[in-house]
Amino acid sequence: MTQNKAAPFARNSDLENMREVVRSFCADCVSEAEVRRIMGTKTGTDPAIWKRIGGEIGALGLAAPEDFGGLGLGVQAQAVVAEELGAALLPGPVLGTLALAIPALCSLTDHDVKRRFLPALIAGDRRAAFAVPESGGRFSAVAVDVDARLVDDRWSVHGSFDNLVDGAAADVLIVAAKTGDDVSLFAVETGGNAVNSRPISVLDLTRRQASVTFAGARAELLARGAEAEKVCMRSFQVGATLLAAEQIGASDRLLSMTVEYLKTRVQFGRAIGSFQALKHRAADLLVALEQARSAGRYAVWRLDAHEDDDREIQRAVSLAKALCSDVFYQIAVASIQLHGGIGFVWEHPVHLYFKRAVTDAALLGTAQHHREIVAELLLDHCAPERILAAAE
Amino acid sequence: MTTVDQDASDRVRGIARAALDGLDLKTVKSREIYGAWFDSGLAWIHFPTGRGGLDLPRDLQNSADDVLVAAGVELPRLANKIGYGIAAPTLVAYGQPELLDRLLRPLATGEEVWCQLFSEPGAGSDLAGLATTAVRTGDGWCVNGQKVWSSQAHRARWGVLLARTDPGLPKHKGLTYFVVDMTAPGVEVRPLRQMTGQSEFNEVFLNDVFIPDSQRLGAIGEGWRVARTTLANERSSMGNRHGGGAAPSAIEDAFDLWRRHPERRTPLMRDRLTQLWMRAEAHRLTCDRFAAEAAVAGPGHEGSIMKLVSAELNQAAYEWCVDFLGTLATRYDSYDSESPPETKEGLIMQRFLRSRANTIEGGTSEILRNIIAERMLDLPAEARVDLDVPWREVRRS
Repeated sequence: MTQNKAAPFARNSDLENMREVVRSFCADCVSEAEVRRIMGTKTGTDPAIWKRIGGEIGALGLAAPEDFGGLGLGVQAQAVVAEELGAALLPGPVLGTLALAIPALCSLTDHDVKRRFLPALIAGDRRAAFAVPESGGRFSAVAVDVDARLVDDRWSVHGSFDNLVDGAAADVLIVAAKTGDDVSLFAVETGGNAVNSRPISVLDLTRRQASVTFAGARAELLARGAEAEKVCMRSFQVGATLLAAEQIGASDRLLSMTVEYLKTRVQFGRAIGSFQALKHRAADLLVALEQARSAGRYAVWRLDAHEDDDREIQRAVSLAKALCSDVFYQIAVASIQLHGGIGFVWEHPVHLYFKRAVTDAALLGTAQHHREIVAELLLDHCAPERILAAAE
Repeated sequence: MTTVDQDASDRVRGIARAALDGLDLKTVKSREIYGAWFDSGLAWIHFPTGRGGLDLPRDLQNSADDVLVAAGVELPRLANKIGYGIAAPTLVAYGQPELLDRLLRPLATGEEVWCQLFSEPGAGSDLAGLATTAVRTGDGWCVNGQKVWSSQAHRARWGVLLARTDPGLPKHKGLTYFVVDMTAPGVEVRPLRQMTGQSEFNEVFLNDVFIPDSQRLGAIGEGWRVARTTLANERSSMGNRHGGGAAPSAIEDAFDLWRRHPERRTPLMRDRLTQLWMRAEAHRLTCDRFAAEAAVAGPGHEGSIMKLVSAELNQAAYEWCVDFLGTLATRYDSYDSESPPETKEGLIMQRFLRSRANTIEGGTSEILRNIIAERMLDLPAEARVDLDVPWREVRRS
């Protein structure tokens, strides 16, 4: 029983090594200056850096099966990478490719399709985005606004998708489209004339989006009906959990930066971190971060445990996404305040984290959405005695 | 994860079973069981052999305790918490052999209950500022002062005491640690009635109480260090499986009300209960995570986070209960400490009042935030005005 409770939090030295590798790569190649440079480019991403993270470091396929270019280490390993990329605020298709498209492709039953798409994405040679609608934190079939048509054994898609994260820099899109009464998943290459991708002006310049219209673009069928739906549900669970990991990594880095400032900034003849009004606020931030970190790790462990009980998984994922969204925003807000005037200046990095915090909190279901999911699972559909028993 | 040596664990279980062998657990008095337990070295397994221990790693205590719990016997330390958790480790570390011969076994059997005489009306968070004095007289000490928050003092035969032996030194340096006979002349115990109506704690008045020098633990002026060692001991034993005796979970009380009163449910109460559960769940997971990490890296200051969160969570949960109960929350079964609440709602209201102490007892939330900020985030310490000043010159309330 003691062992059982510790299982989600068991130390894994391989993963800690991977963390060090990604962290030192980011320290060398994704400095704040570099983030600002990439932020100023047209697509807001640097394909060369992404290629190095995929090919050189091998950090994009940790959860993918070995047969398709991955390492089969589970979501746990991928979450460690997401934390570090989040800490560095890497501008790149972390959400679209790493957190959504790759997990979606991994969940497919069709091995030929996986073999065709996964290796290039995992190597960082190509980038993908996930054009599947979400509502209230979960996959929404009714929100699908793309139609797929089959003519002469060839599928084509028509319609549009707004606010596609990492859409502008993607080579391939995973698209949910209506196929008669149900929804199916397709892969659509972005190169041709039939896909029009228009960048959107966004709050967080390190996380770009596009509006995409499909005018009969050629599409390859990935999964149909029930399977497609299952893949989409799972992808949003994995995506929200990896996004939560990114939030933890960014929160951790930002809190360290702010605590460092409290130690060095002197007013009234004292380091301002010696004033209780400020140190208590910092203590509360650490406490909240530790709670969110536990929820995040637990969700990762649930996803890797291959359990059939989807409600348990969803509850853990929603707990993590809600708490991590809240804590990242809370730390970002406090960091601006605790830095005083300098925290409001464009040249200072705090606002970059603040904007990422606002954006991450709004993507894949807000904290409110996920609390609502927890409420439904906890209080509406399930007797509390079962919940408490499960928590023991 | 704690890696307890399986062979050693089996050996301890064997000793534990042998200790209970031949005792009719249904009829025999608990003091006889605890006596056999002590004699077999199972009371504190990490203590020296012959002193209630077997010189074994502390981890193995769980293996022995499992046997006792499985036999349906309450763990001895639950009935004598200060004795087991604080007095005994200090005695073994600092006491003379004759003192140990006299005190340890009756402590272990529960025949002699112990209490702690540390806090004072003028020394709460700033414990080292305490004012009770011990003045040298003949072959002992004469003690005067007032102590407070001493649980079990009304039943206690012995107490551990911190007193000031040199007011001319800075506050931490002038303290000395003693064992006091609670039946000695000049010791007066009065129950302290708290806002719930109950009395869990006492005030203890010490008027010209004589303590023989043989009951001093540690050197003169070393009291603060002696006290800190045992407090650290106490905290590390909280990690034992059968540690504190878990408090009834506040969130369970909230769920219980939600379940039994469908007519009171509203969307806003549902929302708040969900948020409470999420905090409680994250706290539960954090405790598991810290335990797993401490097993690898050793204990740090994570206990401060767990204590802070659990206290505030407890209060929030009972505040939810009060809001959910509406007018029913204006009732209170009884302020008579002899008659416990009769209804579930009455019990919840009593726990609601009791929860106000959670953020004060065992380290206030404000002090815990200082600890978290200074020891976990490495922020600079508060400006201190009393550190290098003779205690008698420090301003006091």
